[in-house]
Amino acid sequence: MADTEQPEVPSEPQSRHVTYCGVCTLPPEYCEYGGTVKKCQDWLQKAYPAMYEQIWSPEALEAATASLSVEAQKRAAKDAQKKAAQAEKAEQKQADKMANSVITIKRVERNKRKFVTAVSGLEAFGLDLKKVAKEFGKKFATGSSVTKVPSGGEEIVVQGDVSDEIEEFLLEKYKDIPEDNIELVDDKKKKASS
Amino acid sequence: MVASIQTAPKSKLKSSVQRSLRQSLLTTYPLLHRYIDEILPKKGSLEAMKLPDRCTLYVLDGEPLFFQQDTTTLLPHLKLVHRFPAAFPSIRIDRGAIRFVLSGATLMAPGLTSTGGRLPSGILTVRTEDGAGEGLDEEDRWTRELEKGEPVIVRAEGKTEACAVGFLVMGTKDVKDKGKGPVIEDAHYLGDGLWKLATD
Ligand SMILES: [Zn+2]
Repeated sequence: MADTEQPEVPSEPQSRHVTYCGVCTLPPEYCEYGGTVKKCQDWLQKAYPAMYEQIWSPEALEAATASLSVEAQKRAAKDAQKKAAQAEKAEQKQADKMANSVITIKRVERNKRKFVTAVSGLEAFGLDLKKVAKEFGKKFATGSSVTKVPSGGEEIVVQGDVSDEIEEFLLEKYKDIPEDNIELVDDKKKKASS
Repeated sequence: MVASIQTAPKSKLKSSVQRSLRQSLLTTYPLLHRYIDEILPKKGSLEAMKLPDRCTLYVLDGEPLFFQQDTTTLLPHLKLVHRFPAAFPSIRIDRGAIRFVLSGATLMAPGLTSTGGRLPSGILTVRTEDGAGEGLDEEDRWTRELEKGEPVIVRAEGKTEACAVGFLVMGTKDVKDKGKGPVIEDAHYLGDGLWKLATD
């Protein structure tokens, strides 16, 4: 109190909390530059209707473009169109990739009556293997880790025979994955033993 | 910043290193005095993540705070700028320049000298004991002219949040006088690799 030499340090937290777009991760006022505008708008309207109004209501848009020169407006419109087309193309590509990708859930017999379940192909659906491995571990209360496969890629290996449960879990949690794109395989021990 | 950066393991920093980082932050950004205990709590454990191009990102509890290339001046991550916007020197670009900056292009002078842009007022009116007259004035405009090489936040016409951070390759007075040429190169901007990097 008497110490006036020190700069005044506020006792209340001063950190602002900024909401970021759930789709493109930018502050929503910048979604127009992200290339996923439509999706961003849908998300914002649902999650933060007030903010949506502030940014995307006709009045707000008019106020925003009013300060742009005609030429700049044309440029912006053209640019937005190009971005949207690019985004659409990228989306289509990802959709095609997903349609042609298969997730394999393989039951592997390690020792007599001891199984592990190996899941491969998840990355084609944009999933983070480490994250999913963690989810598996939690969900099935068992060991679950990402391991390299000889062919160069990675797969998730879960302790125990949980093939059906994993399929069910994936379909439930990741709606992007069509049921037909999941393949269950039983890898019987061919070699005698080791 | 490049478009995509792989996340890397984090390592805890010794308290002596944390102390010296804190000191250099306060030297570079005097207005941080008000907030430094909130940004870097005494008991917090700051971690460092080594990124490509000899860049180091400093992270606390999964929140990105600052980064630096080699041992140059520390720059705030945009998420930190959004939390404490008044703590850093800033300039403002006009609406038309936003899309260029957000695509990683060099920021050019006309984006700042046009009507939508804003450069420091050059009038040290703000009365803060720790800032020696620098800061944001009533119109939210930074007061002190900035020298070539100084770090600066890039805000944007019509937007609340800042969109980029970088070093000036031209002093703000020169920008006003010349009205052309590059002003910030290789900025960290919204949506770049550093922005998208997972830090938790
Ligand atoms: Zn968005």
